[in-house]
Amino acid sequence: MAHHVLNPPITEAQVRALRVNDTVTLEGTLFGIRDATQIHLFDRGRKTRLDLAGHAVIHTAPNVQKVPVSAAHPAGYAPSCIGTTTSDRMERFTRPLMAQNGVRLIVGKGGLRDASAAAFRELGGAYLAIIGGAAALETTWIEAIEDVDLDDLHPESLWKFRVRGFGPLVVAMDSHGGSLYAQVRSDSQGRRAKALASLGVKTK
Amino acid sequence: MKVDLQQIEEAAKELYIRALKLLPPDVKEGLDRLAAGESDAGAKRMLGTMIQNIKVAEDQANLLCQDTGIPIYNVRIGRGVEAHGFDLKEAIRRGCARSTREYSFRSSIVHPTTRVNEQTSTGRRVPIVHFEFSDRENFLEIEMIPKGSGSENNSWLKMAIPAEGVDAIKTFVIDCVLEAGGKTCPPTIVGVGVGGTADLCVHLAKLAATRPLGSHCEDPEGAKLEAALTPAVNMLGVGPQGLGGDSTAFAVHVETAATHITMNPVAVNMQCHSARRARATFTSGGLEYGY
Repeated sequence: MAHHVLNPPITEAQVRALRVNDTVTLEGTLFGIRDATQIHLFDRGRKTRLDLAGHAVIHTAPNVQKVPVSAAHPAGYAPSCIGTTTSDRMERFTRPLMAQNGVRLIVGKGGLRDASAAAFRELGGAYLAIIGGAAALETTWIEAIEDVDLDDLHPESLWKFRVRGFGPLVVAMDSHGGSLYAQVRSDSQGRRAKALASLGVKTK
Repeated sequence: MKVDLQQIEEAAKELYIRALKLLPPDVKEGLDRLAAGESDAGAKRMLGTMIQNIKVAEDQANLLCQDTGIPIYNVRIGRGVEAHGFDLKEAIRRGCARSTREYSFRSSIVHPTTRVNEQTSTGRRVPIVHFEFSDRENFLEIEMIPKGSGSENNSWLKMAIPAEGVDAIKTFVIDCVLEAGGKTCPPTIVGVGVGGTADLCVHLAKLAATRPLGSHCEDPEGAKLEAALTPAVNMLGVGPQGLGGDSTAFAVHVETAATHITMNPVAVNMQCHSARRARATFTSGGLEYGY
């Protein structure tokens, strides 16, 4: 259970060094994406001028304030509350994000499924779990919004955040087929009969 | 008691931001209780982070969660209240939109097919406003619930049949909790609707999920189900965020309604660990905010 401080962009070797139950703190750049961002990128063929190769993305749609452009707020937005949304809805975008845009790390909550696990294994990627609903705390790890693209999809724009001490995040899915979610799911399923028996329900 | 529509609009505005920033005491106590009893070290740490987040939100006057939810206003009208229902609803709608604009938080509301976001947290039939009535004299209460989508996206209805009995209800609840896994931001309040029609059953599940922790179903049969289901759900080991542990749910809440002789409906709706709720009470003594 090692701790890693990563400053993306990272290499395939760096992501392959991550193992389930390790922890990660991100420094530097983190991109924000959500349902609409990826529907437009991968279903509607839109392009972004931002380079995601080797980077980490987080499943988010932030609360931001529109402010005059300045050195502190180069994109004209100040972060007000930035948190994480449920990743499961975006399962089918993991592979194109990695294959077409070169993304290496996905930060989210609630986990991803088998197709994502396969993409992480084949292409070299990992899923980092954050605590969902802890957005006030998460916002304190965001220094600035450096850039934004596809902002007609606001708040589901493509965001470029500058982060400091972003974590610790838990490596919940790694590039070696490990998934804490799959493990917990299987363990929980195994406890189903016991739970039902406690309720006086007979199972076959 | 004459209702001042301007005051209603202000309250609808304040309630939304209050709900987004301040977690009710029963939920905070619920998290403390789960953290104290959690046997898994990782799960205990995660619960600690959730508790820390509440403190950060309070200290920095920030939102607890970035999901501003789908705005629901539950209005209870007592005796002797003079108000035009249409105007009351419009005042709440205006307050909801002003809250989003004036406190400049994220509007999470879009048209269901065009996906256009008006950036007002309002849209067709949203905010959702429910009217109920109370026997209390000179009393009007507005409860505001910003219902997060992570938990709302995990909602289920099963039109079970009488021959399947109460076992169908119990089995369905267990299977929904397994299916939800970490997607609902556990620990959750598992809301269960039992009986009624399809729509009433789902509505009951929502009422159950958004009821304060420590409250019990008024129907003793519902309360019996709550007492049995709460420990059963927590035997599953889903844990905080679906990463394993004892703390899968704060509680299972049940609401019941009579149903048809041929029907046995059960619905599940969940509330995430950020179980947000704010309340404004208007009496002859004035306006008071609470949870």
